[in-house]
Amino acid sequence: MLTLTGVAAFGVVAVLFLILGYLVWNGGKSLNLDFFTQLPKPVGETGGGMANAIVGSLKLLLLAALMGLPVGLMAGVYLAEFGGKTFSYVIRYTTDLLNGVPSIVIGIFAYSLAVLPVRHFSAVAGGVALGIMVIPITVRSTEEFLRAVPGSLREGAMALGASKWRTIATVVLPAAKGGIITGVLLALARVAGETAPLLFTAFSNRFWSPGWGQPIASLPVMIYTYAIAPYDDWHRQAWAAGLVLLALVLVANIGTRVVLSRGGGGRST
Amino acid sequence: MTEDNFNTMRKMLVVPFLLFALAATAGAQSGSPLLLNAAGATFPYPIYSKWFDVYHTAHPNVQINYQSIGSGGGIRQLLAGTVDFGASDGPMTDDQLAQSKVKILHFPTVLGADVPSYNISGVTGELNFTQKALSGIYLGTITKWNDPEIAKANPGVNLPGEDIVVVHRSDGSGTTYIWTDFLSKASDDWKNKVGKGTSVNWPVGLGGKGNEGVSGLVKQTPNSIGYIELIYAVQNNIPYGKVQNADGKFVKADLAGVTAAAGSLKDMPEDFRVSITNAPGAKSYPISSFTWLLIPAQISDAAKRDAIKDFLKWMLADGQKFNEGLSYAQLPKTVIGKESKAISLIQ
Amino acid sequence: MSTSATTMDRAAPRRFDGGGPRAFLHRLGHGDEVAHVLTLTFAAGILLLTSGLVYELWVNSHLSRAKFGWLFFWTRTWDPIFDNFGAAPFIYGTLVTSIVSLVIAVPLGLAAAIFLSELAPRRMSDTISFLIDLLAAVPSVIYGLLGIFIVVPLMRTTVGPILIGSLGHVPVLGKFFKGPNYGVGFLTAGVVLAIMVVPFIISVSREVLLTVPREQREAALALGATRWEATWKVVVPWARTGILGSVFLALARALGETMAVTMVIGNDPKIAASLFAPGYTIAAVIANEFTEATGDLYLSALIELGLVLFLMTFILNGLARLLIVATERGGGHPS
Repeated sequence: MLTLTGVAAFGVVAVLFLILGYLVWNGGKSLNLDFFTQLPKPVGETGGGMANAIVGSLKLLLLAALMGLPVGLMAGVYLAEFGGKTFSYVIRYTTDLLNGVPSIVIGIFAYSLAVLPVRHFSAVAGGVALGIMVIPITVRSTEEFLRAVPGSLREGAMALGASKWRTIATVVLPAAKGGIITGVLLALARVAGETAPLLFTAFSNRFWSPGWGQPIASLPVMIYTYAIAPYDDWHRQAWAAGLVLLALVLVANIGTRVVLSRGGGGRST
Repeated sequence: MTEDNFNTMRKMLVVPFLLFALAATAGAQSGSPLLLNAAGATFPYPIYSKWFDVYHTAHPNVQINYQSIGSGGGIRQLLAGTVDFGASDGPMTDDQLAQSKVKILHFPTVLGADVPSYNISGVTGELNFTQKALSGIYLGTITKWNDPEIAKANPGVNLPGEDIVVVHRSDGSGTTYIWTDFLSKASDDWKNKVGKGTSVNWPVGLGGKGNEGVSGLVKQTPNSIGYIELIYAVQNNIPYGKVQNADGKFVKADLAGVTAAAGSLKDMPEDFRVSITNAPGAKSYPISSFTWLLIPAQISDAAKRDAIKDFLKWMLADGQKFNEGLSYAQLPKTVIGKESKAISLIQ
Repeated sequence: MSTSATTMDRAAPRRFDGGGPRAFLHRLGHGDEVAHVLTLTFAAGILLLTSGLVYELWVNSHLSRAKFGWLFFWTRTWDPIFDNFGAAPFIYGTLVTSIVSLVIAVPLGLAAAIFLSELAPRRMSDTISFLIDLLAAVPSVIYGLLGIFIVVPLMRTTVGPILIGSLGHVPVLGKFFKGPNYGVGFLTAGVVLAIMVVPFIISVSREVLLTVPREQREAALALGATRWEATWKVVVPWARTGILGSVFLALARALGETMAVTMVIGNDPKIAASLFAPGYTIAAVIANEFTEATGDLYLSALIELGLVLFLMTFILNGLARLLIVATERGGGHPS
């Protein structure tokens, strides 16, 4: 019976790696310089690339970070350092609730918040949707890593006369910074792959999207659009885009876990 | 915090910030381009994307970003005001027009055809579809490929006894509008049970998103049938059949058939909203249609207004030259004349 | 001496830890209050955001709720032409695909978690867990991509015919395995979802199993149980609330999954017994039809669907959290 469990474990891992290997192989075949430097070609013509989608995804991540990270970090600090019992419980519960909301529902919310009032699809609206999704993960990891900082460090600082906020800013935060940064990277990696909320906020764009107020292309949306179409060349490009997206996400995840396990900032998740 | 900490923190932030800033400005062109956003029909997407590309090369400071989300999407986003103009192959209904704060003008752009494309094991040639066959298949009353209604129009073809996999659109679609418009004329049953529209309550079938999605499903699913715009069948080498027209003849979709259907139109109404499905004439292809750009009659931004008007003028003259290369028929001369006059209605 | 007199006068310290506006202002000057208020504001912002979300969903679905009332939940039509909308096919599809995914993922995931926590040497266990955690991070659109090009053809050409052939004629079970096999459908969507949620089940279950006290295992072994008996009859039941929590977590994830599902489910709002039939889920229909819902009632119905989905995941996540926390606090009692 026990050997069966081993079979299950290896089986699961094997299947998952097989299919991801398929992605890597197909994607690798289709990657070329054009993919990274060219704009999409008109429908039905072969060639072209996804340069605007790659940059678009980066811009959206930047917006999500700018909007979501401050909220998440500050709230995490509050929960770890200042919070009272009931209010903290309410905040934590709400944060978990927000984390569990399906991304498509967040897309609906962002549409009514950031698209309708200005009558415009835009990178900002996409950033709002992704930013909302970044908050719960950031709150949780910030709080965890702040709490993991030993009380002795705090007490030492206070004994030297530092006020509470000084202690947090100059002693506790730096001590936890490794963990917090990994939490931030994980949150960003998670939203980098989100498609559904972008469908009606950032929309998409065949061209470069200057500034922040115009519709913008992104890798996940391009993958979706190209995958369900009949054109073989589009399929080829979808594999390539999938590989790039996967690489981005995995590098962030592996990188952060390696840093964490080397004792970057307290106990690992 | 200490000097050291602050400096390291600053250094840590600077590099990623620079990278991101670089990414943000990438692609910004000198002299900010005029950006027009449009959305709508997938039916004419191949020709529109070609047009907008060619127009952009000729006018580098004008970018028209067109997203093919389906005619329903085009109408909706136009009404919501999130795009500068829309596109649809199903003309807007009076109800929909009433919902708009500004008057919306319809401008026909090309003529196209919905074709019944299929993927049947063992069948490589062209099938003939009677009107009863198509409506029966989509109503779900005809379920097998070797049904007598299909077989009798195709003597000598070895039709398998397999179940027909029906494919339709999962999104709001002008292509659906054209198809259901035709089926409503072909079959009273269809007209009463289902009706015509951009999104209907399909009795049977799988849903694909956009012409792209339906083509994809048909291509990958054996024994399937799906209605798509002609160019999608041609570009993807998907076989498509002949359809019986109002005069009883089986016509294959091509430029001649579509032009004949448009030619049978006696009077083009002032607002250009018209249906040419099931048109009379021995050579008419029965599932032909105009497709329209939906332009607001009042555009407050002068630069955008001029750009749109200029594009329309270009579309009626130079743009039409690209139609046939992508299997769309050119607009009849009389229609072009009327439209040119109508451009001045955009204020 | 005059100096000593003045120092003595100034010697009495002024106290600022009392109440009163002056004391508050002084503390403000020290920054603690500022920090407190600042971080509190952001934390409260999260509350505002979430309630705003629920509020928007509630208000924007008003038209649909007013027109259809409770009937919305079991009306089976979805007819934009005649303005008749019902949630039944989508709730059905969402539940069926999620349940199918659990039926596949839970046994596999639990078995793998047992292996990783009980049998595998620590380093192997850690490495494999690391790899599985990575898989949990893969974006869903990539699973959709793999679904379209690998799972769908496989289902259509190989797995489907085998299942239909072998199970189609079995008395009760048979009706789930009948009928035309397109490759897309409930079963395919369930399989793709299973692949997506199995890492969660493995990861959380493993953590939970690792918290079971050694004494429990050792006591069972001391009483003569085999290794398997000790695991299955003592360790797993001890951790069962936590494992259940992981299942609920996976279920909540599966319910809300959009992209991977809409790419492989067939997008047909119908209720059908056969798992090979095409279907539709709440998340998929919103993704497909939101940008084009012409007509306010149509849009309102879609948003009401979003509200329904939100409530489903809310309840499940709440339960999951309760169960996992209860286990982590060492409260697992085989009762």
